[in-house]
Amino acid sequence: MNDETMTLFSPRLAARLDALVEKYPVRRSALVPMLLYAQDEIGYLSDAVISEVAQRIGITELEVRNVATYYSMLRFKPAGKYNVQVCTNISCMLRGGFEIYDRFQEELGIGHKGVTGDGLFSLEEVECIGACCWAPAIQVNYEFYDDLTPELVPGILDAYRLKARAPSDGSSPLGRKAEPEGTDAHA
Amino acid sequence: MPRLVSHPDEVKIVSRRFGLGADHIDRYVELGGYESAKKCLAQGPDWIINEMKASNLRGRGGAGFPAGLKWSFVPKQSAKPKYVLVNGDESEPGTCKDHLIFLHDPHAVIEGTIIAGLAIGAKLGFIYLRGEYRYLLKIMEKAVADAYIKGFLGKNIFGSETEFQVITHSGAGAYEVGEESALMESLEGKRGVPRIRPPFPAVVGVYGGPTIINNAETIATVPHVIEMGAAAYAEVGSPRNGGTRLFCISGHVERPGVYELPMGYNLKKMIYDVAGGIRGGRGLKAVVPGGSSTPVLLPGEIDIGMDFDQVGKAGSMLGSGGVVVIDDQTCIVEFALRTISFYQHESCGWCIPCREGTDWLKKSLMRFHAGFGEAKDIDNIQYLAENMLGRTFCPLGDAAAMPMLGFVKKFRKEFEEHLNGKACPFAKHMEMAVI
Repeated sequence: MNDETMTLFSPRLAARLDALVEKYPVRRSALVPMLLYAQDEIGYLSDAVISEVAQRIGITELEVRNVATYYSMLRFKPAGKYNVQVCTNISCMLRGGFEIYDRFQEELGIGHKGVTGDGLFSLEEVECIGACCWAPAIQVNYEFYDDLTPELVPGILDAYRLKARAPSDGSSPLGRKAEPEGTDAHA
Repeated sequence: MPRLVSHPDEVKIVSRRFGLGADHIDRYVELGGYESAKKCLAQGPDWIINEMKASNLRGRGGAGFPAGLKWSFVPKQSAKPKYVLVNGDESEPGTCKDHLIFLHDPHAVIEGTIIAGLAIGAKLGFIYLRGEYRYLLKIMEKAVADAYIKGFLGKNIFGSETEFQVITHSGAGAYEVGEESALMESLEGKRGVPRIRPPFPAVVGVYGGPTIINNAETIATVPHVIEMGAAAYAEVGSPRNGGTRLFCISGHVERPGVYELPMGYNLKKMIYDVAGGIRGGRGLKAVVPGGSSTPVLLPGEIDIGMDFDQVGKAGSMLGSGGVVVIDDQTCIVEFALRTISFYQHESCGWCIPCREGTDWLKKSLMRFHAGFGEAKDIDNIQYLAENMLGRTFCPLGDAAAMPMLGFVKKFRKEFEEHLNGKACPFAKHMEMAVI
């Protein structure tokens, strides 16, 4: 990698992506996870990210874009620091998923794929996240919250507001399983 | 954290180690783990495949294809390397069982993958998890790393001359890659569009090599089949439907949860006894028996055994085991609209009947639910859905069309009640967010 790209990703992510391409019998298999891990750190797939990923895999930028546009988790514009994803698919809908979604819209003053003015939150109505028996469920970045009621919504947002102000120790604001933001503990 | 439930009728085989700390390798071994893989290493491929065939274990992803038979299709000699691919892209609405397997028993997935590899002579297995399951991917990655340290994976597994490696892989959001050929495309770093078959993956799969692809639950079941013995496992279920199933009961029940019940367990009993009946003492309106793609059943149709054959005979499918229970205060038009919105969002656009069909079905249902429907729309929904069936590369088109046919055929009266500007009798969300 040249000097310019060295500064795009953190040394930790760069090392992780170096290992990722070596992991598979065919280099290109690393493409989809590489895009996701890069997005976790940079926030979205910027032109610079796409260019670097193309170099690392050894394919054209066009090929990278062609693949990236297929996957719903990959995005080409920045999201909020905390991306709130509310499932409204059937099992969640039956147990109040839309009410949860409405409450988040109200509290944040944004709609589907909107970002708050301070860049702290974004909101998405998403498809089934595999938490049907614990519905209604949401994910904030990669963290699951289930068995929700609309009354719990302000508290979840406050906890993330607090977390954004406090120096991060990598733990979840609500005392759940730790998930360092945008990174992966097993890099 | 997902809540674990239990009921006296459960037969805990696959969920036997849930909640017992088996994500730690030492605990897994203490609970009998990796003994099945060692046994299979000693017995050899033919014995494994015969056991699998005798167990009547059928694919837990949805299609219900007999696992042993699938494995036997892999040619013994192959110029290209063979692979095992575990499908953990759990995305069928109503389904959350693999979530619990990855969380509580990751080594069962690894052990099952090793056994599948031994059966076909593969040296490499992939475990593909949907991108949203990042915390579960970390659990799987830790488990794989621990298995390497113990020598259960690597160049010489369990001190033998046999090699077997495992790679964990993350998706990035796509329902369609749960379909096996799209899953292979995705693993190869491409758009997850389906491949035409034949050739089937058992002959030409990942990187062109013979590949067996099984659902994570199927793979996690394999070590238990070996441990119990095929005959004992088959004995638990109903004829031609071996063993148990992790049924994900969601929606309007008192005690939703993932319950492990014998194949063939009565659906009515599952809802009213195991899951505690309909929430708030309401009446039952309908049941989606096997994930969102399976046609709906009416209350009078649920006195059936939940196995692939009996649910098929009742006009629906056992599918992925996602039982979605709908009470009598729910608008079926809205439910149908939310279902088709999902398929419209997930259709990759590769096949025109699916791309156009899901879009027009969604538009029709949106208009209908908003109160602007016309009588001809009801027939039109049926016409659109019927013309999608069987006309696409992968089953996503069918998965979208089949439930729509069920809704309009079985709830025609409720559709008619929405006609001519009449408000929805259950109106809650007249304007559904478009995603």
